[in-house]
Amino acid sequence: MDVTVTVNGTTYERDVEPRKLLIHLLRDDLDLTGSHVGCDTGNCGACSVLLDGVLVKSCMLLAVQANGTSIETVEGLSEDGELTPLQQAFNEHHALQCGYCTPGMLMSATALLRENPSPSEDEIKRALQGNICRCTGYWNIVEAVKSVAK
Amino acid sequence: MLLREVEYAKPGSVAEALELLAANDGARALAGGQTLINVMKARAASPDMLVDLNGLEELRGIELAGDGTLTIGAMATYSEIMGSAEAKARPILGEVCATIADAQVRNRGTIGGNVCSSDPTNHLPPLMVAVGARMTVVSTAGQRDVPAEDFFLGVYLTAAGPGELLTRIAIPAGKKDAFAAVTLGADGTCICNAAATVNGSVRVALGCVDAVPVLVTADSPEAVGDAVRAANLMPPSDVHATSEYRTHLAEVLATRAAQEAAAR
Repeated sequence: MDVTVTVNGTTYERDVEPRKLLIHLLRDDLDLTGSHVGCDTGNCGACSVLLDGVLVKSCMLLAVQANGTSIETVEGLSEDGELTPLQQAFNEHHALQCGYCTPGMLMSATALLRENPSPSEDEIKRALQGNICRCTGYWNIVEAVKSVAK
Repeated sequence: MLLREVEYAKPGSVAEALELLAANDGARALAGGQTLINVMKARAASPDMLVDLNGLEELRGIELAGDGTLTIGAMATYSEIMGSAEAKARPILGEVCATIADAQVRNRGTIGGNVCSSDPTNHLPPLMVAVGARMTVVSTAGQRDVPAEDFFLGVYLTAAGPGELLTRIAIPAGKKDAFAAVTLGADGTCICNAAATVNGSVRVALGCVDAVPVLVTADSPEAVGDAVRAANLMPPSDVHATSEYRTHLAEVLATRAAQEAAAR
């Protein structure tokens, strides 16, 4: 089936099988490998992207369901090579150890801060509930998000 | 994960969706997909065709009638219910939706998908039974109205059978409701849950203790414990709880939910 998606401002057209998950369209067909496959069961959140501004796990969506949508992935956060304040905060607070969960953490935190620029610590933790860090480095991740909360 | 080959259809109306479901034995309705896509990965379900209900405006929307009855489209997501001014008329709905899984799942998962999957550990089946919801089920043959207590028929089995769709859920006015659960981690899968509503008498629907929600009624919150014992529950044992422990939890959670509901 023909699918047209706009990812980080660029429009792509691809012919995909209905059984293909959105994460595999992004990674395998569009070569956008920033979004990760962590668990493949919908639990870990490493594949989180914004679909028309809504945070979703791209392993629980068919690529054909994304037809006509605008998608934001971790590759689209920085502009002209400049890290966003949130990305910079992850760097400064050592909010990543192996880094595998980081793309999903950044997308979830980005979605939170857009909706609520001044989240409490509890709100930050709840917003990151769907993202698992198997290094268990949650403390610094929460500290990084807190540091950019207004 | 590569799913088994599957056909995909995106109907433009409920009527078209019903025709597709009626014409294809192996077709299955795809709501939010937060359960179905995962069970397809595990090959626990292998439909030949997915009929995607996303995009059907007829199945969305949350309306509040003059008499306080809330009507929620089956494709309303948990996040939409949490954010809906109308749904605040029955506050328990948004409160329970806010405890389901995580932000990503709440953004895609739907009230219709939650009840139609009829997983005994789901939050919304007992809640729908407790609040006395009525489910509108349609097929190419017509439409019928099913009370929530008759809607859940078994594990993964509801009154919305092959070729049928749940379109709307009507919930009467009320505020004295509560939900209590013991979960695997914060907002995780329920080991046992109880939804209570107080309207003169007390209605408590228990989840995770049988194939479908078990409805218990009592004259007062104090009498709920005896009513749960009288129900002679025989819940299953699993790695999280023995049958005996789940029976104990059912009594504790039913009483807790009933007391909280009465206090509101």
